[in-house]
Amino acid sequence: MQWLDAIVQGVLLGGMYAQYALGMALMFGVMRIVNIAHGDVMILLSLIAVSLAGVLPFGNIGLVLVIVPIAVAIGWILQKVILNRVVGADPLPSLIATFGLSIALQNLMLEIWSADTRSLPNSDIASASFQIGPIYLGLLPVIVLVCAFVIAGGLDAVLRYTRFGRGLRAAAADTEAAAMTGVDPKRIYATATAIAVGILGLAAIFAALRATVSPSDGPAQLIYAFEAVIIGGMGSIWGAFLGAMVLGIAQAVGLRVDPGLGILFGHLVFLLVLATRPEGIMARKK
Amino acid sequence: MTGTAILSTHGLVGGYGDFQALFGIDLHLLQGEVIALIGANGAGKSTFLKSVFGLLPVGRDMVRYEGVPVGGTPAHKMVGRGLAMVPEGRRLFAGMTVEENMRVAIDHARLPESEGQWTRDRLFELFPILREKRNQPIEDLSGGQQQMVAISRALLCQPRVLLCDELSLGLAPRVIREIYAVLPEIISGGTSIVLVEQDVSLAREASNRLYCMLEGRITLTGNSNEISRDQIAAAYFGASNAVA
Repeated sequence: MQWLDAIVQGVLLGGMYAQYALGMALMFGVMRIVNIAHGDVMILLSLIAVSLAGVLPFGNIGLVLVIVPIAVAIGWILQKVILNRVVGADPLPSLIATFGLSIALQNLMLEIWSADTRSLPNSDIASASFQIGPIYLGLLPVIVLVCAFVIAGGLDAVLRYTRFGRGLRAAAADTEAAAMTGVDPKRIYATATAIAVGILGLAAIFAALRATVSPSDGPAQLIYAFEAVIIGGMGSIWGAFLGAMVLGIAQAVGLRVDPGLGILFGHLVFLLVLATRPEGIMARKK
Repeated sequence: MTGTAILSTHGLVGGYGDFQALFGIDLHLLQGEVIALIGANGAGKSTFLKSVFGLLPVGRDMVRYEGVPVGGTPAHKMVGRGLAMVPEGRRLFAGMTVEENMRVAIDHARLPESEGQWTRDRLFELFPILREKRNQPIEDLSGGQQQMVAISRALLCQPRVLLCDELSLGLAPRVIREIYAVLPEIISGGTSIVLVEQDVSLAREASNRLYCMLEGRITLTGNSNEISRDQIAAAYFGASNAVA
């Protein structure tokens, strides 16, 4: 029974990782932009949320309504000011630019919030749980998982069936040819990054509700997001979702084997997938 | 065909960074006309098309569309003005189906599909094989079928001027004939065409007028049916400059 519990808790943990990974799936998986500052932007949004929660009389939903638009604005500005200047066939310039941004953001956050860990005030949601058979489920992790599922479905539908989605996939496939077909690649990329960081805004609130955050936490979240996208398969939104589940389950199972092995198990599964199916679980056949 | 130039270039110079590939190109395209641009590899034909279409930086006055200076306007805005391009190598959107490739053009076209001259149904009549393959990934199509999609994609932008770069490149003669057979249908709707082509015979047959380029300069212009093979050979290889 403890293994079933580990798998269930792993799926719930995967819901959190999926929220980190879905924005990454859009930027890295579809647009091929390597954003090393992905985790740091999320931590920045978490810390902004923690600070706002202390001064504004908002509940958690009110906080979402403030943080997500801030995240969207940060994403738009990030693409317009930095990434549109370095985006191209070669992923190295975006990697270097966002690596610099990552360091700058970490230092900025240290300057403003210090190295202390912080979290959003405890709420009923964060501590509530319910029981299904012999397994206890936390209400917040279930909400996180459901939100991740809805976001993945929405994002996948947007990419497949909307004007924006087709334009983005076209620009990602061949930026110049997309421009020849009337697509404004810079504008569409800015919108896509705004969406990707907007998703991070939601993830940031859940992360700060679920546990503590500190300015140095960004790189770990970045790794989980990268691993989920690569396990699932580049270019596939549901692949990133599935990759996050695999990562979450691997970590939860590892924790049951030995409390110190959780994170390592996740990395080992990632390496196993890279070695046996480097294109990812849900990658399209070439 | 009317006497008004829909597209013209005036002393067009351009290239890639410090490398200059075009040296003062003067060219005009009349409404409903097909002009062919011929020349050897490296003559500057594709660079010319890219410069006109806003894919390479040029001076504003160097390109005029309906008499209005438009040089340097980004490509996506040129589509809105009424230009479209079938690029060399087709450059279709990998990972997307035939229909999705077409939909990208429809989504961003100068006119809605319902108001424009070109619809998917009309193009499926022109290229029946595409109706069968409409839901297949673009990678599953042959080179000729991909070229048909590239032409369809450009036409669904509802262009008034169509720039075609090496339509025949890498295709079997039968497929080339099939593709060139649709040009009269395109012109009949009033669309003007600039045709970059290495196959001189094909270029002469398909065009009203012909420009020959050599090392970034125009070396021969004239009516396609009046220019002799000797004149073309001289202009193509640089024996002399000529105007027929």
